[in-house]
Amino acid sequence: MSELAAVFIGMVLINNFILTRFLGLCPFFGVSKQLNSAISMGVAVTFVMAVASLATWIIRTYILIPFDIEYMNIVIFILVIATLVQIIELFIKKTNAGLYFSFGIYLPLITTNCAVLGITLINVQESYSLTGSIVAALGGGLGFTLVLAMMSGIREKLEMADTPKAMKGLPIAFLTAALLGLAFLGFGGMI
Amino acid sequence: MGKFGKEFAKGLILSNPVFVLALGLCPTLAISTSIDNALGMTLAVLIVLIGSNIIIAAIRNFVPSITRIPIFIVIIATLVTVVNLIFHAYLPATYESLGIFLPLIVVNCIILGRAEAFASKNPIKDSIADALGITVGFMIALLIVSFIRQLLGTGNLTVFGVHFFTLPGLGEHPIVAFVLPYGAFLVIGIIMAIFRWKGVIKSE
Repeated sequence: MSELAAVFIGMVLINNFILTRFLGLCPFFGVSKQLNSAISMGVAVTFVMAVASLATWIIRTYILIPFDIEYMNIVIFILVIATLVQIIELFIKKTNAGLYFSFGIYLPLITTNCAVLGITLINVQESYSLTGSIVAALGGGLGFTLVLAMMSGIREKLEMADTPKAMKGLPIAFLTAALLGLAFLGFGGMI
Repeated sequence: MGKFGKEFAKGLILSNPVFVLALGLCPTLAISTSIDNALGMTLAVLIVLIGSNIIIAAIRNFVPSITRIPIFIVIIATLVTVVNLIFHAYLPATYESLGIFLPLIVVNCIILGRAEAFASKNPIKDSIADALGITVGFMIALLIVSFIRQLLGTGNLTVFGVHFFTLPGLGEHPIVAFVLPYGAFLVIGIIMAIFRWKGVIKSE
């Protein structure tokens, strides 16, 4: 149990997906302009990460390893993720249309979010158990959502700040991310 | 020169994938801690991008547009698997230090972006030029960032075991911040600001 807690905290704070592992940066800089869309995106990504971890763990353990075709990891994983995103998209569309429209374009874009393929590959690399994989995915997703939400809050204020012309937009967002990363470095001593 | 040269040149600065288009940020930030990693990543991206551009340009007339994205992704994933196995066999040190960012080339927006925006509409020859130009642009970006980070973060300039020089003072007391993750955001943010300040990119 304490091991799982260590994995979870490590994923949320210490090895944060965005600030330390650099996974999922495109949505980080693209979406993190409004708090609402940032949180929606974070929740959607967390959900897909958890389901993808479950699905790829099962496929890897019961198909890839017994048939000794582990080198097919990448092709299989990306297909599983693409299919999952499609299924989730259809499911949400049928059951909760309001949620579907609030996700908008972000939902299909999750397929090419490296955080999702990243977590499935990290699960393989660290050889996590089934529970470990799902806990790692939830932790990674929570860390992703947390930083995305913090960043969007800061950027809403930055829009009104008087930054130098050359710094507007992406450059100042990068510098803000650097400061956030510096702050998150402080969590390094927790475990 | 002609069209081949023009397609090649546009990827270098004016549509530099990293600094101008802000594509492929994840690998740029993550593996730019050393020049070795930057060159290894460039080689991997070169093989995958040329391969995928050639194959996609060759089959562009047979692929139904509704299923093109899954087809492109499977082609790219296959090429990435090949590159993964080649690196594992012949460049084990680079394979280790690139870690999960080697398989993550599959979801690098640069590759799928070129497939969708260029190779699926243009003949093979132009697609090769496009792949070369974009890769060189990517390489320039990676080299600039990794050069700054390695030099200031370790105080040494060493490429594949060949030692060039050590900065006086920084050799003993390097600015470790530059090789830490947040140093990557700092360096790229400042480079982007310089690009905008010099008018290479129009400010937002």
